[in-house]
Amino acid sequence: MIVIRTPARLSVRLRPRVLAVGTVCLLLTVGVGVLAIGHGEYPMSPIDVLRTLTGGGSPAEEFIVTQLRLPRLVTGLAVGTALGLAGAVFQSLVRNPLGSPDVLGFTQGAATGALVVVAVSGSSAALAGSAALGGVVTGLLIYLIAWRRGVHGYRLVLVGIGMSAILTGVNGYLMTRVPLMSASRAMLWLTGSLDGRGWSDAAPLLAALAVLVPALLACAPALRMTELGDDAASGLGVSVHRLRMLPRRGRAAGGAVRSRRRTLPFRRAHRPAPWPDDSRARGHPAACGGRRRADPRPPPAQVALRALPGQLPVGVVTGVIGGGYLVWLLATERRAGRL
Amino acid sequence: MSTSRLGGDGLRLAYDRRVVAEDLTVAVPDRSFTVIIGPNACGKSTLLRALSRLLRPTAGAVLLDGTDIHRLPARAVARTLGLLPQSPIAPDGIDVAELVARGRYPHQGLLRQWSRDDERIVAESMAATGVDDLGDRLVDELSGGQRQRVWLAMALAQQTPLLLLDEPTTYLDIAHQIEVLDLCARLHEEQGRTLVAVLHDLNHAARYATHLIAMRDGRVVAAGEPRRIVTAELVEEVFGLPCRVIDDPETGTPLVVPAARARARAGTVTR
Repeated sequence: MIVIRTPARLSVRLRPRVLAVGTVCLLLTVGVGVLAIGHGEYPMSPIDVLRTLTGGGSPAEEFIVTQLRLPRLVTGLAVGTALGLAGAVFQSLVRNPLGSPDVLGFTQGAATGALVVVAVSGSSAALAGSAALGGVVTGLLIYLIAWRRGVHGYRLVLVGIGMSAILTGVNGYLMTRVPLMSASRAMLWLTGSLDGRGWSDAAPLLAALAVLVPALLACAPALRMTELGDDAASGLGVSVHRLRMLPRRGRAAGGAVRSRRRTLPFRRAHRPAPWPDDSRARGHPAACGGRRRADPRPPPAQVALRALPGQLPVGVVTGVIGGGYLVWLLATERRAGRL
Repeated sequence: MSTSRLGGDGLRLAYDRRVVAEDLTVAVPDRSFTVIIGPNACGKSTLLRALSRLLRPTAGAVLLDGTDIHRLPARAVARTLGLLPQSPIAPDGIDVAELVARGRYPHQGLLRQWSRDDERIVAESMAATGVDDLGDRLVDELSGGQRQRVWLAMALAQQTPLLLLDEPTTYLDIAHQIEVLDLCARLHEEQGRTLVAVLHDLNHAARYATHLIAMRDGRVVAAGEPRRIVTAELVEEVFGLPCRVIDDPETGTPLVVPAARARARAGTVTR
């Protein structure tokens, strides 16, 4: 345990392990990020990437890095951060290592919101707004149904799971009602993809994070206290029920995340994933969101290439990694006798 | 009765529409070791929940230093009034020192995470409860008695002049029950804290309490020093148990001896 104290009676506590793991993850992220920016139809060496990032690249390199590849990387990282935080919050709130917005039906609610817009062929802004709204409304609904002299961990989880099941059915029905083109657009949106993400996608996400991350950090100590049980946490001066309202606030931005990149379950296993190549991704007929703005290049013959591993929507990749991680987690927990 | 920092005035305690207590007035004498006793479902745990701000009375008010406890900020209350619930949850994989340190929460802030006072008080609390050599053990690995002492250490680290304990001896064997109660008595005497505990065992209550509150059906039947109020009539009235009350040969406090079956039937038990 490292403690930093100032004469002004301020003190900050750092755990060596958290510090070490955080640093390693950060370095890995930066490393993978540089490789990812260098990867694509126009390959660049890590040195070239770094040179371009620091302002020493040719105009072409500059365009490729700062306009095409960097925003996608930033969007991916921001989405990962938001989802990781959401998972951490829910784990503490429902006092369960498997707690996440998926389990509680928020994600399905956002999907319902999005599908309704897809069904009436709305704009991508409407899609984003509707997804956010769907998430928030679902959250409120779950909270109201689970309310019984306050909201308690298990009730919240059970109501959430029920809601999630219902909405999965609703979403399946909606999928059968929309035209085929819209359905494939919706499917890609539901799976999640970083294809052709630009700064216009990253900006609102970063803005949401700029507000939410400090707010969550301020709530983190209280959240940690709720792990002791509601009574003990209240005894220590935590307003447990007020804290439980937190996800609803978090949901507002969660909806923003969802509209950038919808995720598969087990988002805590979110890892940097291979980026589909930018140039080929442009003009993707089934892509959503920012993809719909005017694209100067003609749609290349990328549709066939989409089947290649490098073209997989990022959601598929995180899903596969996340599924594997869950199996590993269940196996080790079982062996340790905790399950 | 001496002065009181914590009490309830005209409390109506209810879960939804089920009323547990009506017009209940209690006072916890300052610097007392108050024990609340009564049969199951008499409202004693409910009263403790109300006193600790967990349950909001539907009428009347719980007063802490003269102010309605629900008008005070949660954190301010937590610096005056500590609570050890009946079944607190130890987070997965937490070690003893870490758990005890959580008791410092109401005294900490975003930029005051671990002051020298925090460090000293956590060490003192662990020493006072005899868990100082368990610091890096995982809480899951401890025996029931050790675990209860760790939770007590956490409650102590909160450094509140008032400490409420909900059945602190439940699930412990007799030796550990006495160990925990001895510890509470010592904290009360040496550190001058006001303790309020709900206990099941009448003899433990009579032995350790300096102030006893006997409840039945949501009413206070009697309150006062055990030697003064614990009589066979009171036990019969509160618990419906025919018994004899004799002097505890160890401490001289009242000792309740339930009547043998035959004598209880004959109704011949009197003091």
